[in-house]
Amino acid sequence: MTTSIKQLPDIEQVLSGNGACGGCPATMALRIVGKALGPNAIMLLTPSCSVASMGMTPRLGYNWPCINICFATAGSSASGITHALEIMQEKGRLQGELPTVFTWVGDGGTYDIGFQALSAAAERNDNMIFFCYNNEAYSNTGVQRSGATPRGSYTTTTPSGKRQQKKNMALLMLEHNIPYVATATVAYPGDLYDKVAKAKSISGMKYIEILAPCYLGWQFDMPETVQMSRMAVRSGAWLLWEAENGKISFNKPSASIINGKKDAAPVDEYLMKQGRFNRLLKGPDAAQRIAEIQGDIDREIAFMRERAQITI
Amino acid sequence: MKAAEVVMGTGARAAALAVKSARVDVVPGYPITPQTSIIEAVAAMVENGELHARFIPVEGEHSAMAAAVAASAAGARVFTATSANGLLYMHEVLHMASGGRLPVVMCNVNRGIFAPWTLWADHQDSMAQRDTGWIQYHCSSNQEVFNTILQAFRVAEQINIPVMVNFDGFAISHCLMPLTLPPQEDIDRFLPPHEPEWRLDPAHPSSFSNVTNAEEYAPFRQMLSDDIMAAIPLVKQAAQEYKDITGMWDGDTIDTYRLEDAEVVAFAVNSMAAELKLSIDILRQQGIKAGLLRPRLYLPFPAEDIINALPQNAQVMVLDRNYNFGHPGGILASELKSALFGRRNDITVKNRVMGIGGIDLPRRFMADEIRAMMDE
Repeated sequence: MTTSIKQLPDIEQVLSGNGACGGCPATMALRIVGKALGPNAIMLLTPSCSVASMGMTPRLGYNWPCINICFATAGSSASGITHALEIMQEKGRLQGELPTVFTWVGDGGTYDIGFQALSAAAERNDNMIFFCYNNEAYSNTGVQRSGATPRGSYTTTTPSGKRQQKKNMALLMLEHNIPYVATATVAYPGDLYDKVAKAKSISGMKYIEILAPCYLGWQFDMPETVQMSRMAVRSGAWLLWEAENGKISFNKPSASIINGKKDAAPVDEYLMKQGRFNRLLKGPDAAQRIAEIQGDIDREIAFMRERAQITI
Repeated sequence: MKAAEVVMGTGARAAALAVKSARVDVVPGYPITPQTSIIEAVAAMVENGELHARFIPVEGEHSAMAAAVAASAAGARVFTATSANGLLYMHEVLHMASGGRLPVVMCNVNRGIFAPWTLWADHQDSMAQRDTGWIQYHCSSNQEVFNTILQAFRVAEQINIPVMVNFDGFAISHCLMPLTLPPQEDIDRFLPPHEPEWRLDPAHPSSFSNVTNAEEYAPFRQMLSDDIMAAIPLVKQAAQEYKDITGMWDGDTIDTYRLEDAEVVAFAVNSMAAELKLSIDILRQQGIKAGLLRPRLYLPFPAEDIINALPQNAQVMVLDRNYNFGHPGGILASELKSALFGRRNDITVKNRVMGIGGIDLPRRFMADEIRAMMDE
């Protein structure tokens, strides 16, 4: 059973008062993550919204030791910390349960500039949880295109809409043969909580990607973050799944879409709620553009359904 | 009391043995010629249990330095090694090490920079990192590499500034020389365990290298600038105490040879400075009062020690194995002139660039060059 929102522990690792936008999904997600991880953890951040909002030196809105690192280095920096803690424990210089080492990195720091170091850390199976909070663009620098930006989306560097499909980053991480991979999003906090709690209990490399609808980048009304997150899942634009030791299972409600019990909602409504899409869906080619985006979603659903059948 | 052991070893082996003697905790490593044999040796020592440490086989030098600084922030004693383009690839993270006040020690085995490719030594790689806030030693023998790495850890951890130990590819890294290894008890006495004042610790949540306002940023940078200068007495103290314990001496901030009465002074770093001692003997046989001043410490630049050591009215022949692009000549000459300006107007500084990309620098060639420079 998925933990319900009422069952989440009271502990707050995200302290009140920080610089995030109202309705910020990264901050919401981090709050849930904190409830699952507790205080015995070390947080690594690459340049992103969560750095801009964590508080200026010496103030800090996250109740962990937090290290800011170079943009490309989340994977390798976390490796450095996790090996240091383990060897210091072996040598008797650290006692007690070792802290969970986790990264808190945007999609740019994961899909793009941080991909090499992440891939290598995964190949080494170093002990960490790598969180990617994915708002599908470089939101912190004013919304530029990233490898996570979906086709058809306006950004300041794709003014007529991105022409290419996004990567399936979680699947790429699965193909590194790491012990745990999961996707999540803020509309399903119990699902996210359970996945983090599970990742915490597993040794080695864990990758958790959280879809983070950003009102500023996606251009919807600030109070609608959770609703947008839910629409992304119901339309199949975001699939909730996890894989332990390579075996994929889908979580509610994505499982119903994958096994055909329920059709994904047509993508139109999801797109038209967001300025990043609907501003480009006014001309005569709107139907074709929507069909392309729907095609990408349908392909991913079909592909993931088939991929999950491979259990070797 | 145990006696020192003497073994045959390359410069790379000397570095790896120093890492073992320093009881390093974490070594991220990535191969690049001519440094590779250091991390190979460290990886083997970790594997066979000779060194109780973690070797992290990273996927590039940018990650090697990132893992190094992060491991250091977690409280570990950390070492890595690189060369040439590997060092350049680290550049951004070198700044994080110094700005973050993390006492990482790294060997850079000097090699010329791409493009075009060369495998052999010059000093463009390390000297191009001048403004990264690292302390830099340059070594002229295998033994000095061993000794300096131990001194480097001591200085780095006293002042929380990373230290780069440079030596030439092949001439030092791959040539066998006898190595004196002091007993481990002596080294432990010289280099106590690393006890950082601060580390990433969930019992004390705090932010590290977070965003600052200019009011905080500027004092951080000023402190780093001041503290690098404050390393000079610590470098001297480390060299002296190392000598007291082991009996070995490579100079402190500078190393000199037949300098006291010299009228002509050769000024150079690394292996060419070892060869230059023989060039000095040749010049002396020819009736020229020649001497050598080798800055063992390149950064902080030991200006006071150089000013005090240079004989009256000396002609200083700076032999640079690097270019100071946009200026005539090399980087050392520029540093020296800057140090002497207004302080020692009696000194004449002349400069030649030589040995680029590993061009051999035999004693007679350098003696002839110095003679020719006298007539310029």
